[in-house]
Amino acid sequence: MATQHSRSAARIMMAPAVVLLLGWMLIPLTMTLYFSFKKYLPLRGGDLGWVGFDNYVRFVSSSAFWPSVQTTLIIVGGVLLITVILGVLLAILLDQPLWGQGIVRILVIAPFFVMPTVSALVWKNMFMDPVNGLFAHLWKFFGAQPVEWLSDAPLFSIIMIVSWQWLPFATLILLTAIQSLDSEQLEASEMDGAPPLSRFGYIILPHLSRAITIVVLIQTIFLLAVFAEIFVTTQGSFGTRTLTYLIFQRVLESQNVGLGSAGGVYAIILANIVAIFLMRIVGKNLDS
Amino acid sequence: MARAVTTRRKALNTLIAWSIGLLIFFPILWTILTSFKTEAQAINDPPLFLFFDWTLENYAVVQERSDYMRFLWNSVIIAGGSTVIGILIAVPAAWSMAFVPSKRTKDILLWMLSTKMLPAVGVLYPIYLLFIELGLLDTRVGLTIVLMLINLPIIVWMLYTYFKEIPGEILEAARMDGAALKEEILYILTPMAVPGIASTLLLNIILAWNEAFWTLNLTAAKAAPLTAFIASYSSPEGLFYAKLSAASTMAIAPILILGWFSQKQLVRGLTFGAVK
Repeated sequence: MATQHSRSAARIMMAPAVVLLLGWMLIPLTMTLYFSFKKYLPLRGGDLGWVGFDNYVRFVSSSAFWPSVQTTLIIVGGVLLITVILGVLLAILLDQPLWGQGIVRILVIAPFFVMPTVSALVWKNMFMDPVNGLFAHLWKFFGAQPVEWLSDAPLFSIIMIVSWQWLPFATLILLTAIQSLDSEQLEASEMDGAPPLSRFGYIILPHLSRAITIVVLIQTIFLLAVFAEIFVTTQGSFGTRTLTYLIFQRVLESQNVGLGSAGGVYAIILANIVAIFLMRIVGKNLDS
Repeated sequence: MARAVTTRRKALNTLIAWSIGLLIFFPILWTILTSFKTEAQAINDPPLFLFFDWTLENYAVVQERSDYMRFLWNSVIIAGGSTVIGILIAVPAAWSMAFVPSKRTKDILLWMLSTKMLPAVGVLYPIYLLFIELGLLDTRVGLTIVLMLINLPIIVWMLYTYFKEIPGEILEAARMDGAALKEEILYILTPMAVPGIASTLLLNIILAWNEAFWTLNLTAAKAAPLTAFIASYSSPEGLFYAKLSAASTMAIAPILILGWFSQKQLVRGLTFGAVK
C-alpha cells in the first residue's frame, strides 16, 4: 500500500518537470521540422507551400555551407586541442604543493565566469585592436608590425578568445579528477625510479582519460553553439561564419525560415551524434 | 595529497603557477584597471598600468548615459527568477527520482539531459514566432521562462546527485517512527538537502546571468539584460575603452564573486555528476 501510494506521489511530483521539458522539446522541434519542408519567407509572401526536401538540398548545396562546416570544425577542434592540452598541464601544476594554491586556482578559474559578450569585446578592443590594443603595443615594442587580428587571423583570434573562456572549465574538471588519483600509486612508481614522463604516460594520463573524454564531449556541445563571441566581433565575416551563425543569419537576418529550419535540423542531428556518446558515459555512471 | 617535496621545488612550483595564474587572469585585471582611467589614459602609448589618475568618472557616465541600473535589474530578475522557478519545479522531481526510483528513472534522467543538448539555433525561429504570437518578445517574463527551461535539466541533475547522497535509511527510520510524508520532507529531508539546493541555486544563477544566445535574440530595448547591454558596445562611437571597461566590470563583478564560492559545484553541475 505504502509503496503504491508513494509511487503515484512520485509520479505527480515528477510531472511538472517532465511535462515542461517535453513541451519545450516537442513543440519547437515539430515546428522546425514543419518549416523545414516549406518555402516560408515571412517578409516576402509568407507561407509559399510545401517543397519536400528542397530546403535540405539547397542548404547543403549553397556556397556558404561547406565553408561554415569547415569553420565550425576548426573552431571546435582548435579550442578542444588548446583547452585539453593546457588543461592537463595546468591541472598537474595546480596539484603540486605550492604556496597560495587556493588563490591561484581562483585566478585560473575566473575567465569562466565572465559573460561571453564581455570577454569577446574586451579581447577585441583592448587586446586585439591594431592601434590601441595591448598586443599592438607589445608588437611595436619589439619592433614588429601590429597585426589586424580579427581580419588577418580571424579564426585564430576567435579560437583564442573562446579557449580563454573554456580553459578554466577543462582545468577544473581535470584537477578534480587528478585529485582523486591514488597518491600511493604515484609514490610507489616514484620510488621504483620511474621517470616523470613515464609516470605521466602510464599512470596520470590513463587515470585522466575518462575526465578528458567528458571534457571533450561537454565542450563540443557548447562549442558547436558558440554565438555571442562571433556576434560581437566579426559578425560572421572574414570566414568566421560557423554553422550556428549561418543558420542564425538565414532565419533572423534574411528571414528565410524554411532554409534556416532545414539547417537547424542538420545542427540538431550533429549535436545528437555527440550527445549519444556523452549520454552513454553519463548513463554508465548512473548504474555504478 | 601532502607529498613531501623540497622547499626549493615548492618555491619553483609557486613561481610558475602564480605567473600562469596571473597571465590567465590578466584580461580581467586589465579591464578593471582600465575602468578607473580617463579615456585618454586608456589608450595611452605606452600603456599605463598603475600610475595614472584613478577616477570613478566612467562608472558615473555609464550609469547616467545608458541607464545601467535597468539592465542590471533585468539581469537580476531574469537570472534569479528563472533559477528560483526552476528549483521549485525540480526539487519534487529530483526528490522522487532519488528516493522512489523506478525502472524508468534512469531513462527519464537521460532524456532530460538530452533536451539540454538540443542546439538553440535549431529551434530559434519557432521560439521567436511563439514569442511574437504570445506577446513575449522583449519581455522579462518570456526570457525568464526560456532560461528556466534550458537550465531545468541541469537543475534536476544536480539536485538528483545531491539527494542521492542522503542515506535512504534515515527516511525509513523516520517512516517507522510514524512520520508522515509531509513531516519527512519538512524535518528530515530539508535540512539535509539545503546545502545541495544552495549550490544548485548558485551555479544556475551564474549560467543564467551569462547566457548569451536567447538574451541577445529575444530582447530589444525593454527587457535586455547585461549581456545584451554589453553587446551594444560592439559598434561604438568615439573613445570608449574606459567606459566599456567600467560597464564590463559592473557586469561581471557580482558573478565573479558568486563564482568563486561555487567552484566545486561547477564541476558536478556541468558534468552531470560524471566527475565529482
